Amino acid sequence: MNDTPACQFHVVGEMTIYTAAETKARLMPLLAQCPELEIDLSQVSELDSAGLQLLILAKRECAERNGNLHLVGHSPAVLEVLDMCDMTPFFGDPVVISSPTH
Amino acid sequence: MNMDQALQTFIVESRELLQDMEDGLLRIEGEADQSESVNAIFRAAHTIKGSAGLFGLDDIVAFTHVLESVLDKVRGGKLAVDPDLVALFLLCGDHMATLVNHVERGSEASSADEQLAGSALVEKLARYLEGQPSAAPQQSAVAPPREPTVESSGGGLVDNDNWHISLRFGRDVLRNGMDPLSFFRYLGTLGEIVRITTITDAMPSAAEMDAESCYLGYEINFKSAADKAAIEGVFEFVREDCNIHILPPHSRVDDFVELIRDFPEEDLRLGEILVRCGTLTRNELEMVLEIQSQEDARAEKASGEHQKHLGEIAVEHGMVQQEVVEAALEKQKQVKDTKAKQQQLVRVDAEKLDQLINLIGELVIAGAGVNILAQRSGQPALLESVSTLGRLVEEVRDSALNLRMVQIGETFNRFQRVVRDVSKDLGKDIALIISGAETELDKTVVEKIGDPLTHLVRNSMDHGIENAELRAQRGKPARGTVRLNAYHESGSIVIEVSDDGGGLNRERILAKAIEKGIVAPNHALSEQEVFRLIFEAGFSTAEQVSNISGRGVGMDVVRRNIEALRGNIEIESQYTVGTTIRIRLPLTLAIIDGFLVGVGRSSFVIPLDMVLECVEMSEQDRQALRERNYVNLRNEVLPFIRLRDLFEASGETPRRENIVVVQYAGQKAGLVVDGLLGEFQTVIKPLGSIFQHLKGIGGSTILGSGEVALILDVPSLVQQVVAHEAQPVSRQRANDLALAQ
Repeated sequence: MNDTPACQFHVVGEMTIYTAAETKARLMPLLAQCPELEIDLSQVSELDSAGLQLLILAKRECAERNGNLHLVGHSPAVLEVLDMCDMTPFFGDPVVISSPTH
Repeated sequence: MNMDQALQTFIVESRELLQDMEDGLLRIEGEADQSESVNAIFRAAHTIKGSAGLFGLDDIVAFTHVLESVLDKVRGGKLAVDPDLVALFLLCGDHMATLVNHVERGSEASSADEQLAGSALVEKLARYLEGQPSAAPQQSAVAPPREPTVESSGGGLVDNDNWHISLRFGRDVLRNGMDPLSFFRYLGTLGEIVRITTITDAMPSAAEMDAESCYLGYEINFKSAADKAAIEGVFEFVREDCNIHILPPHSRVDDFVELIRDFPEEDLRLGEILVRCGTLTRNELEMVLEIQSQEDARAEKASGEHQKHLGEIAVEHGMVQQEVVEAALEKQKQVKDTKAKQQQLVRVDAEKLDQLINLIGELVIAGAGVNILAQRSGQPALLESVSTLGRLVEEVRDSALNLRMVQIGETFNRFQRVVRDVSKDLGKDIALIISGAETELDKTVVEKIGDPLTHLVRNSMDHGIENAELRAQRGKPARGTVRLNAYHESGSIVIEVSDDGGGLNRERILAKAIEKGIVAPNHALSEQEVFRLIFEAGFSTAEQVSNISGRGVGMDVVRRNIEALRGNIEIESQYTVGTTIRIRLPLTLAIIDGFLVGVGRSSFVIPLDMVLECVEMSEQDRQALRERNYVNLRNEVLPFIRLRDLFEASGETPRRENIVVVQYAGQKAGLVVDGLLGEFQTVIKPLGSIFQHLKGIGGSTILGSGEVALILDVPSLVQQVVAHEAQPVSRQRANDLALAQ
């Protein structure tokens, strides 16, 4: 178990209230299994509060299990939201610095 | 939860608000005290901007923002309302309507033309903003008092130039189709979000967390010159779902004490967040926490005392003055009142209503079936309960139909704008007078009546009302009048469009008709017949074709539209005095109270509200049948028609016949039938297109026994009977007329 490579989780399309329940259902088992989880956000077309909440939840759950969560490949939609809510430091992943939207 | 639905609501509401705005603009010039209308117009624009911001409709926000700024100047009494400004605002309203239409069609980008029109309007608006008031500033009597802004006063201020906004969203915010992020995006248009901190403490463990609930809270340090009302306005839509604290710049330390106490997070943690946001310095935080612990101790001691109102505490702490609190409370009460009023109305999809009406139609038919069975069984108890049931069905039917009834006033009010615009185009001074606006009719009828009415009103203004010189010559007031009137009359709604213009010139219409070959020369037609000619296709007596009317298309379309609604048109006109066009329409298109009659082996339904009385046909009249088509009804001549002959019913003529006396548009006629079968709730089913040209039949219905009965088209029958009877000569002429066509 210990030498399992980081699990990958892909989010494709919108990550919004419409898909939140389903995304959560897919994400939860991975959280339980993988100490190292990588969420690929490069295909996220839209992120709203519900999506953001899920990412926060995942980060927290991982931390509670002494695991690590990495967000990678932030799409522009994701960057805009993280930037606006000032959540980039919370996730602590390297991102391409975008000019402040506001 | 459905965003589409929320957007739909936005579209509907925006249209209503635009209508309010237009009404206000049209009203404003004639008013002595304009403040109320100005406020209404401003509110409409402001609300549209606010909601558009939520949906990220930047086009609308940007445009409305400029409009709002100008309106604000008007509201502040810095800009006087003049006709130019009203005209400009009206155009702005139209442009906003165009933008809203784009949203509805899902195409946000507008065409180049529209964008050009939009920027031209913005430019014109900007000229008013540049601070060169076109007229002397009005006296302050007109200017409404500015809303009191709650400001802090006294010492102990926090050294911070920015607003602080604390938000804890309710669980259902996302489900209700609102996204906190979109509020921030909109907030960003009012100023600069300096720091924002997301608070996730409320989020439960993963297992309990519902992905569709919202657990987020935010602390925002916000730099803006906007006033508190504007910032509150951003969160208007979540006010009920969200715990919101908005602290103005330089708030008192006490405010933060309260803020911290009001939120579920641990005091110290929240304090840290405030520091991180840059709202409080560390020293200030310590001060806040100290005051708080002192107060807590005091509160414990005095816990026996009664709970103070928030307002009292605020006054005690020198935060606000007494009168400001009162003003705020008053305002709150007003908001509550309007809320209560809004809640009395429910928006329902028209389709759902139609479905309900259809179901009730089926219920009525099924009820009739039960009734027949009950009567056959002859059990008194059953008959009694069936009749109770029947009464209830009737009541349900009436209330359901009532749901679709709307007042015609809204449709009428639209014409204020039409009259204003057209009279400007024509260079005539014309006033519109509306009466009977509260008259109700079926929604589907209302929708279809708009276009014909517009045409008639335009026509009245263009051809009816004379120019100023001619009016002066005829001794009429310089200002022409167009009237819209509506009232109910025996199961119909009557809508009148009248003007005090030149009236119809009988000779000229006749001459034109002969010239066009519509009427053969040397035929003297009755006045009504001549007037009806203007509804013929391609007929126009206008000497000049204007861009408003006069091309001869339109009046025939009007007539066809009205006839499609089972209505008819009547013209009353006196040369040089004026014209009244009277449209008569059935009240509803779905279910009517009918009177069932039998002819031979078939059944026919006569709309009950057109039935005056039933009399037995006397033996004497029957014998005279061959010679004349009228009876003597209490010394009145009553023309009649035998349905048996009209529909060529088979079977023996019964020994006794009855006359049903019907009335339509003031004319009486008798319909001779074999038997009277009684009252019958009738669900109107349309006839197929094959039967469209059938005269005298308006539709069909299904009887309780499952048989089909035809519904008589009383208006056309009455006309037929009256024309038939009036004078044989005219019948001859009618034939000629038909040949000439």
